[in-house]
Amino acid sequence: MKPTTELLESLGERFAHAVVVFSDDEGYPLSVATDFRADAARGVVALRAVGGDEIQPPLGEQVNVVFSHIRPQPGIGYDERRYVSLWGTLERRDGELELTPDREQHWDEEEVPFFEYSERQVPQALRYYEQVSAETGREVRPKLSRGWLFLRATRLPFLSATFVPVLLGIAIAAYVNGFNWWLALLTLVGGAVIHLGINVFNDVFDTRSGADQANVNPTQFSGGSRVILYGLLSMRAMTLLAVACYAIGIGIGIFLAAYRGWDLLWLGVAGALIGIFYTAPPLKLVHRGLGEIAVAVGFGPIMALGAYYVQAQEYALEPLLASIPVAILIALILYVNEVPDRPSDAASGKRTLPVRFSRETVIRGYEGAVVLTFALIAVFALSGLIVRPALIALLAAPLALPVVRALRDSYDQPYALMPAMGKNIQLHLVTGLLLIVGYVIAIVADAALDDPPVFLS
Amino acid sequence: MGVLPEQIELLLDAALVAELTVVDPSGRLVTHPLIPLYDGELVYLTSSVLFSRKLEHIKANPKVSLSLTDPEAIKVERFHRATIQGDATVDDSDLHAGWERVLPLWRKKEPVIDAFLGKRVALPLFFERAVIELRPRRAFLWEDGRTDRAPQVFELAEAVR
Repeated sequence: MKPTTELLESLGERFAHAVVVFSDDEGYPLSVATDFRADAARGVVALRAVGGDEIQPPLGEQVNVVFSHIRPQPGIGYDERRYVSLWGTLERRDGELELTPDREQHWDEEEVPFFEYSERQVPQALRYYEQVSAETGREVRPKLSRGWLFLRATRLPFLSATFVPVLLGIAIAAYVNGFNWWLALLTLVGGAVIHLGINVFNDVFDTRSGADQANVNPTQFSGGSRVILYGLLSMRAMTLLAVACYAIGIGIGIFLAAYRGWDLLWLGVAGALIGIFYTAPPLKLVHRGLGEIAVAVGFGPIMALGAYYVQAQEYALEPLLASIPVAILIALILYVNEVPDRPSDAASGKRTLPVRFSRETVIRGYEGAVVLTFALIAVFALSGLIVRPALIALLAAPLALPVVRALRDSYDQPYALMPAMGKNIQLHLVTGLLLIVGYVIAIVADAALDDPPVFLS
Repeated sequence: MGVLPEQIELLLDAALVAELTVVDPSGRLVTHPLIPLYDGELVYLTSSVLFSRKLEHIKANPKVSLSLTDPEAIKVERFHRATIQGDATVDDSDLHAGWERVLPLWRKKEPVIDAFLGKRVALPLFFERAVIELRPRRAFLWEDGRTDRAPQVFELAEAVR
């Protein structure tokens, strides 16, 4: 690509020196640093002549002129990384060397963040593995230790999305009906493996649809695990892993249904189908703008009601109501995480809500949903539909403020949004845990006092 | 005392960035900023598989040069500029862990590497790396960074054999 006037104009501000590189008589590259000034209007770069007969850059031949800058940050690494490489021919003019560039290549981490720059190079990395494999006659693939690979492939840290509603359902049952620890543990394990299976299936289908390949701005919260894309695991291995997770989860579900009541089965079937068809054809719920609702239903009422049923052997209104705020907040995790994925989601046909709506609508939607969440907690608790100590969950509301601020300030900057995505996950986790704490307070008050006051029940 | 002149060794030991130039198949020179490491005999540079085109180029044509030019990235008592020409080889026999043999040199220069390495799971392909070994052949030294003057030239090919 020919260098633009803007690029040439910016050289003087961004770089302190240039390095002229040319081939010597033996074919070795030879580099020499020098001062420079760009004349963008004429499309040339003037370079101060260098001393010494044997290192004179050749006139009229192709040379490479490089500008590089980095600022070391002791103990942290670097910042302000940027370089510009120009190719062209040199002439001597008024005692200086003058480069007329006809081609350029550049990178500035302020324009393209390092993570995105790296992500765009993944096809090159895979090509290199193919070459090394061909050279050595054995398949060479990138590696991660098994533990890290499992964590990455299953997106294990996201299990909080399962733990919160399941523990909430168990806590409500413990308050109303009593508590069986091993059934609780089995419910938690069953919910967790189904969740891991959903995550892995999600990667399989997002790779098949091209959504993950199109996404060059993945973050630790969005863009999938990328283990297939990076060649760390094959499509087959991931499919088998998803099927294995689902098989274990379904097995636990069938056992619990047989042991505690077959009414549980319908809930389990609904949860499993929502999980699969979240990204799988023919429904592809997330492609139709139904992903947020699917996640809310799956990781809200279904998980909480299921966990409650296993303990209490009946369905009830209270776990359903208590799970609604949790459901809204888990949907909001997905909703915010979809913001940086907008371009790639749109390109692969995933019509998520942030793809469909304008920036302002998305932000207002987030604000409205957060207000609704905490209003519901207040109304349900004050009216006695859930226990009053659950009002303690209102303490988590301020966690939404930095998320709103970041959405307003960094809507189009995926990496600047990352801390807000983390805070948004905390909002769900802390709110859910405080709801559970509310029930634990009510359980303790119920056990300790003959006639607990209204505000403790 | 290594194979390079002491003044250049001091630059290499301090440099957080150097410019490696390789020759692509069309004969075009391509320059990459990289962190240089030095053990008294060879200069080592590592390259992620993400940025592996330079590795392909070196395998096809081992003639390279490495320049040390940036006073911001080379904090030494007395700054000079230098260019080392030589022949490079690529060690990609174990892209996952083979490069860790130069980790002690890397850690000495840039202790923060351990913190980055701890996040390997987040950037798995970045830490799949080949080692470029540069055997110096000739070196140029510009005292005080003054490239308007002729450099001192050191023929090293015999010394390293």
